Amino acid sequence: MSYGPTPWVQRHWDLRAAANFAAGGAGSGLIVVAALSGARDAPAAVALLAGLALVAVGLFAVWLEIGRPLRALNVFFNPRTSWMSREAIAAVVLGVFVLRAAWLHATDSPGAVATGAAAALAALVFVGCQGMILRAAKGIPAWRSSATPWLIVATSLAEGAGLWWIAAAAHAQGTRTGLALFGALLCVRLFAWLAWRRSIARNARASAAMAPAGTALSVLGTALPLVLAGVAAISTSPAVVLGLAGTAGALAFGTGIAFKIALVVRGAFNQGFAIPHMPVRGKRA
Amino acid sequence: MTRWAMVADLRRCVGCQTCTAACKHANATPPGVQWRRVLDIEIGNFPDVKRAFVPVGCQHCEDPPCMTVCPTKATKKRADGIVTIDYDLCIGCAYCAVACPYQARYKTERATFAYGKAAAHEAKRHDPDRLAVATKCTFCVDRIDAGLAAGQQPGVDPEATPACVNACIAQALTFGDLDDPSSNVSKLLEMNEHFRMHEELRTGPGFYYLWDRSEETGGVPALKRLVEEAMDLA
Ligand code: SF4
Ligand code: SF4
Repeated sequence: MSYGPTPWVQRHWDLRAAANFAAGGAGSGLIVVAALSGARDAPAAVALLAGLALVAVGLFAVWLEIGRPLRALNVFFNPRTSWMSREAIAAVVLGVFVLRAAWLHATDSPGAVATGAAAALAALVFVGCQGMILRAAKGIPAWRSSATPWLIVATSLAEGAGLWWIAAAAHAQGTRTGLALFGALLCVRLFAWLAWRRSIARNARASAAMAPAGTALSVLGTALPLVLAGVAAISTSPAVVLGLAGTAGALAFGTGIAFKIALVVRGAFNQGFAIPHMPVRGKRA
Repeated sequence: MTRWAMVADLRRCVGCQTCTAACKHANATPPGVQWRRVLDIEIGNFPDVKRAFVPVGCQHCEDPPCMTVCPTKATKKRADGIVTIDYDLCIGCAYCAVACPYQARYKTERATFAYGKAAAHEAKRHDPDRLAVATKCTFCVDRIDAGLAAGQQPGVDPEATPACVNACIAQALTFGDLDDPSSNVSKLLEMNEHFRMHEELRTGPGFYYLWDRSEETGGVPALKRLVEEAMDLA
């Protein structure tokens, strides 16, 4: 038995915090996809730097949200237990590797690919920390699901791949292997979403609040892009291939961002209050 | 060891919010911030309706998620179980607020007063250090520490006891040391059926709710102990 004043959507974290998950996650995803794509030289450098810029935008947004921005460096004080401290440390490591890898790529120097791979690993750790930040927030049932970190990582990678294909279309580049990777990441995200949805099914409020963003993620962000990418893969016209892949990328990216924003500002119902027994005044019923 | 804890007797609470007012008075919290609040819970349909008034606030958890997530170590737990916030370390990220399953934490961005402009008493007690950082019930830790230093017993001597407990018109709130089997709170828990909120989340709240007499002791003070002692004698 559980009753009490109904849970309400938390108001401590707003769009600024959501922007950190959205931009930071997509930026990390872009860095990982850039490394996986095998890109080199200037395109790789630009993708890595763009990913890092997104991570920086996210951290800046969250800096705008904290109450005491001048003390922001205190965030590093508790890596032993806090995923927020770990995220901050991961961001620093990520920044170092990305800048180094971008420089090596831009100057066509040896070690660029290996450093890019290290940057991708740091990006995975960073976005993993973001997922665990939500998982550790015990006061928000929809976030504390064990499926949340997987969903955050999966959608971030799909968003990164989406960004990659938007850029590829703009620069008339891209390979069929890249399209296959994009499709695979979309499928992984779909499975992660389905698993997460199942894990919060008993939470009717959060489930209902997240349903529109989830439907958009599965239909507009997965099914439609998969169809577009499939057609692109068999098309012989480069313009059609890149047009379709770019559209698919935009859909995958946009729906992922919308989903994360909804997760922070719409689906974040708190625990509420509940008492397992009513007081007995007189005889027990 | 000492483990300070609060016991709220749901049969006694009448929802008068005197504890809420006493807390606001003792801690000078701004409008909208209630470190101690009392919920009014109603279930059922007329005429079969039940109502309970439930004092809530920081539960001073044994395993506080607010402390684990805090990136600055501003939130700490003392050896006596009281969970504290260092306002000078806190960056106001509110991670603790979303990690707390009891909605116990607040963050006030700017100074606010009951009637817009600060009244004389509000101006006097306004604390800028508490702006834009996390705040919550402290179990009136300053009163406890000062009382202990003066040789008083928290939960017994009013000067050393949280303000909400002192103010309660129905003696629904009791404060004391859980680790002392003869303390007021230990006795109440022995004599009554009780629960802690959201037990399934394994936070180990230091806040207990009494809801009926103990089936075992019938709520008769120390009956269980008397019977045990008699059996020992026999
Ligand atoms: S009730 Fe909330 S604020 Fe208080 S100790 Fe527990 S988790 Fe922390
Ligand atoms: S708001 Fe302050 S006390 Fe709460 S988690 Fe952030 S730094 Fe820690």
